[in-house]
This record gives sequence, C-alpha cells and structure tokens, in this order.
Amino acid sequence: MANESVATKKYYWYEVSKKLDAFAKKIKFDQWKGWIYLSPAIVLLLIFTVWPIFNTVRMSLLEGYTTMTEINGATFQFGFGNFIRVIKYPGFITCLKNTVLLTVLTVPISTFLALLIAVCLNSIKLFSRALQTIFFLPYVTNSIAIGMVFAAMFNMIIGGNARPDSVGIVNNVIEFFFGEGSYINWMNAGSANPDGTASWANFTVMVVYIVWNALPFKILILLGGLQSVNKQYYDAAKVDGTSRARVFARITVPLLSPMIAYVVITGFIGGFKEYSSIVGVFGEGMGPVGNAYALDTMVGFIYRAIGKQEGTASAAALILFGIIFVVTMINLYVSNKKTHY
Amino acid sequence: MSETKVMQQRDLQQVTAQQKVIGICAKVLTYTFLSIMALIIIFPFYWMIISSLKELSEYRRSIPTLFPKVIDYKNYIEVFQNRDLLLGRLFLNTVYVGIVSTILSLVITVLSAFAFARLEFKGKNALFAFLLATMMIPGELFTITNYQTVNAFGWMETFTVLIVPFLVSVFYIYLLRQNFLQIPNELYLAAKVDGTKDLKYLWKVMIPLSLPNLISITILKMMGAWNSYMWPRLVANDDAHRLITNGLRTAFTDASGNTDIPVQMAAVALVSLPLFLVFIFLRKYIMKGVSRSGIKG
Repeated sequence: MANESVATKKYYWYEVSKKLDAFAKKIKFDQWKGWIYLSPAIVLLLIFTVWPIFNTVRMSLLEGYTTMTEINGATFQFGFGNFIRVIKYPGFITCLKNTVLLTVLTVPISTFLALLIAVCLNSIKLFSRALQTIFFLPYVTNSIAIGMVFAAMFNMIIGGNARPDSVGIVNNVIEFFFGEGSYINWMNAGSANPDGTASWANFTVMVVYIVWNALPFKILILLGGLQSVNKQYYDAAKVDGTSRARVFARITVPLLSPMIAYVVITGFIGGFKEYSSIVGVFGEGMGPVGNAYALDTMVGFIYRAIGKQEGTASAAALILFGIIFVVTMINLYVSNKKTHY
Repeated sequence: MSETKVMQQRDLQQVTAQQKVIGICAKVLTYTFLSIMALIIIFPFYWMIISSLKELSEYRRSIPTLFPKVIDYKNYIEVFQNRDLLLGRLFLNTVYVGIVSTILSLVITVLSAFAFARLEFKGKNALFAFLLATMMIPGELFTITNYQTVNAFGWMETFTVLIVPFLVSVFYIYLLRQNFLQIPNELYLAAKVDGTKDLKYLWKVMIPLSLPNLISITILKMMGAWNSYMWPRLVANDDAHRLITNGLRTAFTDASGNTDIPVQMAAVALVSLPLFLVFIFLRKYIMKGVSRSGIKG
C-alpha cells in the first residue's frame, strides 16, 4: 500500500518534471537565468580583469605612454620603444638579476628541505602530529610582520665602540660556533656598494627568510603525496633488503614526482613575483641603509612605475608574464618527461 | 649438520641485531633533524615574543638573554599610544574591509558557481575556460590599469577601492563549482518539481552541503585582508583607510637603524595574534583550502 503510493508519487514527479523541463526549454528560461546569476561576477571581471589585459598591451605598445599626458591630449607613437627602454634601463637589469638569483637559490633549497622533512615526518609516529603543526605554522603569518622579526634577528646594534653593542641573535649563534669576532653585518653589508648592488650577506638574509616562508606549503603538499603512496612498494623493497638511500631515490622520489613538479612550478611562479618579503625585511627602501633598491625585484620595479610611467610598467609586466610563462612551460615539459604517474 | 644450523641461527640473530641498531640510529637521526628544523621554524616567533617583553636596555645587551630578566609590558602600552601607528584604527579598518569583502565575495562566488554547476546556457563552457585562463596572468599586470580605473572612478582613499576590485576570485568560483557538481542533480529536479525557487534551493540545500568549503573561503579571504600590503599601500595610504599590514610597515620605516626594536616586536606580535588564533582554532579549514589552491589569501 505504502509502496504503491511512493511509486505513483515518483511517477507523478517524473511526469511533472518532464513537463516543467519542456516548458523551460520552450521559453529558454535557463538561457538568460545563467547570465543573470553570473552578472555581478561578469561586470566586475570586465572592469578589473578583461579591460586591464587589453589596456596593458595597448599601453606597452604606445611609446613613452603616461596617463597624465594622455589626459592632456598627447598622442603616442606605436612601437616597441617601451620594451627596449625597459631592457636597457640599468635599474631593471638589477631587478631582473635579483629576482632570478633569489628564485634560483630559494626554489631548490626549499624544495629539497621540504622533501626531507616530509619524508622524515612520514616515517615517524611519535610526535608526528605535533611536529606537523609546528611546520605548518609559518604559513599562517603576515610576511611583512615576520620579515620585521627576521630583520631584528639579523640586525646589529652599533654603539660607539669598535665592537657593536649587540651583534644580534644570529651572529651570537655564529660566534658560538666560529669564535668571537666572526660576526657578519647581515643587514647593512652592502650599504656602501658604489654600483648599487646588494651584498651576498643581504641576499643570504632574504634566502633564509624566503625558504623559511616557503617550507610549510611545500611540506603540506609533499606529505599529502607521501601519505597516498601505496605501502606495497616499500614492503617489496624491505623484502629485497634495499637500502634507505636507494628506497628514497628509486621509490619515494619517482612516486612523488607529480607533487614535486607542482611545488617547483608554483615555487618558480612565486619566486618571480617576490616582493613583499623583501619589503618586510629591508623596509620600503628594499635595500641596506644608504643603498636603496639594491634588492629591488621585477614586481617592485612595476609597482614603482605605477601612476607615473604606465607604458614602462606595462612593458615590464608583460616581460614578467612572458618569463613566468616560459619558465612554467619548461618546467611542465621537463616534468612531463621525468614524472611517473 | 647441527653445527651449521646453529651458525645460521647466530648469523640471523646478528643480522637482525644489526638491522635493529641501524633502525634506532635512523630514528635518532630523523628526530634530531626534525627537532632542529622545528626549532628553526619556531625560533622567530619565540624571539618576537620575548623581545617584545624586554626592556630596551636588556635587548641591547651584548650577551642576549633567552628569557627576559624583567618581564616588561610597557612596550605593548607604547604600541597603543604610538601616534604613527594608530593600531586601533588600523584594526577596525582591516576588520571592516575584511568582513564586507568576504560577505560580498561569498554572494558573488556562490551565485557564479551555481550558474556554472547547475544552469545550462549558451557559452557556459567557453566562459568558464576563459575564466580559468585568466588565473595564469600575474596580478601585477592588472594592477597598473586598475590603478588608473579606480582613479578615474574617484575611489582613491576610500574603503570601496579596497573591497570592490578583488570581489571576484576565479579560483573560489572554480572550487565551489566542483563542490556543487558533487551534489546530485536529482535533488535539484525534485526541488524544482516542488516549486522551490532556485535561490531557496541554493540557500537550503547547496550552501549547507558545501559549508566546509565556504568556511575555507571565508578564512582565506579574511586572512587576505589582514595580510594585503601592495594594493592598500598604493591606493589608500591615508590615516582613515590604511590597513594593518601597511600601517605596521610605514610606522616603522627605519628597518635597520637603531630603532626601539622591543616596541616594534610588540606591534608585530599584536598583528600576528589574530592569525595565531585562526591557526589554533581553524587549522583544518585552512589546510584544506591551501592543499587545493596553493595561494596565500
């Protein structure tokens, strides 16, 4: 009895839904409904995403373009002048060098360390949860605020004497291992460099900070990958008496290669957009005191040209996009050849 | 015959003993390595907190103290009294921008994701593919033109300029669409038959079912407002609208001189505190969001 009523009800629903669908099709109800639901997103995307794409290309191809002169009625020649100017500008070359150097140093170091930590975390049971929590901690931080903490840790307080009043906690540790006087002026070493370049000490501070900051995300992804690896491979290796190093190189890394490729690619993209971590550590001067912009990056270059030299900024932004695009393609090509799925 | 058996057994025992020793060594090495790395990860937070509790004279001692001799809360009082920082104002500004932009962003994201997941219309797939393609372009490329646009709209130094340009996140739309697609279509058809309006269905069925993802988006969006630096610095760098990260950086411009670092560390600790609370109570939502996106904020 009850079953029968359910069946009739179901049939009734089926009939009604069919009729409803036919009706909706007739008036093309869904056609405009979809667009209405999407309208707020589309309006905002047209203004703040689509228009900028066209406008950036336009501005980059108008030689010497600035908003002010355009408002005043000036016309611009069409050409690649902005791109040539950007490439020839010495400040841009410094930015490019800094960006590439920081990326090339931090991506391999952080990936390797994250891999090591993830493998170790995966191999232990005791305290595993607590350690995972600790390693995830830097992710949920403000890169400007913690950058200021790193600056304080590396900074020396110079008094009137030959030896600074305080060499800073990092130098304290170095002196503990290498003897007194082995401290390094991390923050202001390059302040007197005549060619406006930063010192290796300044770069070291940035590399340490960027790696510290990049670890949690990479560990999270790699650990997630490790936990989904089939345990049978390891059991087979155990039966064969394979050494740990060999297991790592022959089983763990190949099985983890899609995740490694992912963190390397996102690492490169993030590296080429490095900016706020440097502002966090070195301040808006982006360099040691007296040598401003010695640690400037591509994004920093673009930001400083916004509102002043839009043509140059657009050209630089397109160059940055080009570099990121090419590097990502190379990464994908290499990882497609090397990764096992 | 029996002699060889005994020997074999002895060998076996030796081998297992050896393996045990190697295993213990590996364990010790693993824990040592992890402990050292964990110390390095935690140390900046520790240093921030203890430095913020030190008197300036103690902070400047040549031999540093790993724990303050005199715990001094004065630095925190000084942070609140700092005329360059105006911490209370920064806090309110940031919370206001964070809440308004999160709510509006959630509405737009839910509506868009619903359209992409449930509604049929011409050009849907092409539009979706186009949206995904825009995710590849670095944000800096948009900023140049957006600066001109908001300037032309007369939005400079308002809250609008901090909220509106970033309301649509293609990634969140994508995330939620995938979530919506998992909800069986039969539910939708049944609701339609019952005469339920789409919006009611969205509110009563789809939103409750995708609540974890919506919470992840909310947290990431709030954290984004808290941590955003470049755009606020560019377009709303006045006292009335400045956001907290920008305010923190501009209040302590002298990054490497002999500034009063304990006060600075107290300010940094106060800015970091809400993030720590989020980390402690809502970690699983963040981790879920992060492992899917790989983007900060």
